[in-house]
Amino acid sequence: MTPLKERLVQLEVLRYNPDTDTEAHFQRYEVMCQEEWVVLDALNKVKADIDPTLNYRWSCHMAVCGSCGMMINGEPKLSCHAFLRSYEGVIRVEPLAHFPIERDLVTAPDDFMEKLKRVKPYVIPKEKKPISEGEYKQTPAQLMKFRQYSMCINCMLCYAACPEYGLEPEFIGPAALTMAHRYNLDSRDGGRKERQEVVATHEGVWTCTFVGACSEVCPAHVDPAGALQQLKITSSIDWIVEHLIPGGKS
Amino acid sequence: MSRRPLVRECPPTTWYFRQPRYLRYMSREITSIFVGAYCVLLVVGLQRLAAGPAAWEGFLQALRTPASIMFQFLALVAAVYHAATWFNATQKAMPVQIGEDFVPGSVISGAHYVAWAVLSLAILYLAGVF
Ligand code: SF4
Ligand code: FES
Repeated sequence: MTPLKERLVQLEVLRYNPDTDTEAHFQRYEVMCQEEWVVLDALNKVKADIDPTLNYRWSCHMAVCGSCGMMINGEPKLSCHAFLRSYEGVIRVEPLAHFPIERDLVTAPDDFMEKLKRVKPYVIPKEKKPISEGEYKQTPAQLMKFRQYSMCINCMLCYAACPEYGLEPEFIGPAALTMAHRYNLDSRDGGRKERQEVVATHEGVWTCTFVGACSEVCPAHVDPAGALQQLKITSSIDWIVEHLIPGGKS
Repeated sequence: MSRRPLVRECPPTTWYFRQPRYLRYMSREITSIFVGAYCVLLVVGLQRLAAGPAAWEGFLQALRTPASIMFQFLALVAAVYHAATWFNATQKAMPVQIGEDFVPGSVISGAHYVAWAVLSLAILYLAGVF
């Protein structure tokens, strides 16, 4: 068996302790890693061998749970999906941009959670029927219509990539609006009108200027930028029907 | 232990230097200045045309100055770049589903490029170029 290749990795990690610090600062760590490791493995090694006070979130280590998002060399990434072999020199690790730092690499997701709730991310049935009448059925084609948008893992990388969210924190943002679109497209759903009260507003789709960064960084290939442009089209059609067509109702 | 999250401001004027993709976005947005300026030029041209043959001739002369040619060249490059970013976006904004499958994005964007070429040729034909 050939021995695994090792490499001395230098990490520059942003630290913030709410109990003692007023500012965040970088701390340098040097840690021996295996070539095929990811940045999260390097952080785990630092925490195990060098500095047990280092804080960060993670759970699945397989790009599924969405909890290990960080800025790695300025780019929003899942740290369990950021391979050390893709980086040379010192690797700079910071908490996700545009979110308040709770401690070290841990950010406060409260704002995103609140916004997600506002778009009603669940099926609001078109017509309620008793359980005895059976399930709400859906064809494969009806499923494919929204399937891509249902793959979101709530990692918030798209918020960290979106300059509009950084500049206008009221912006509902890529993932939450995409979730609204996902349920609007669902054949079982009748809640679009309720969601439009959040979607078709300034803090909704109209803050989006189609930078497109959200879709470039999304690890689940959800394409939030595409979803938002589609929401803009349907919201514009609503407006035209309501304002320009006599007797038109949105 | 109380929560005391640290909020970091997004720099309001220099954020687009942070990542190359933000600069790409800004360059797309800046093309609209040239497109807008060219529209103003067309409106001025119409106004000159309405003012009589001498005014129109003066306008045509002004269009032939090196500075004007340079501007028109830049406006053309900006308009083509802007149009290309727009057509490339159509596949995201207007997906077409047939049964369970989606029409490939390249077909949707490609159809827009074809329509663009056909309309441009039609306009050049009407303008008497051919
Ligand atoms: S849309 Fe993509 S980047 Fe945004 S939260 Fe969902 S999975 Fe993450
Ligand atoms: S640890 Fe779950 S996505 Fe990275």
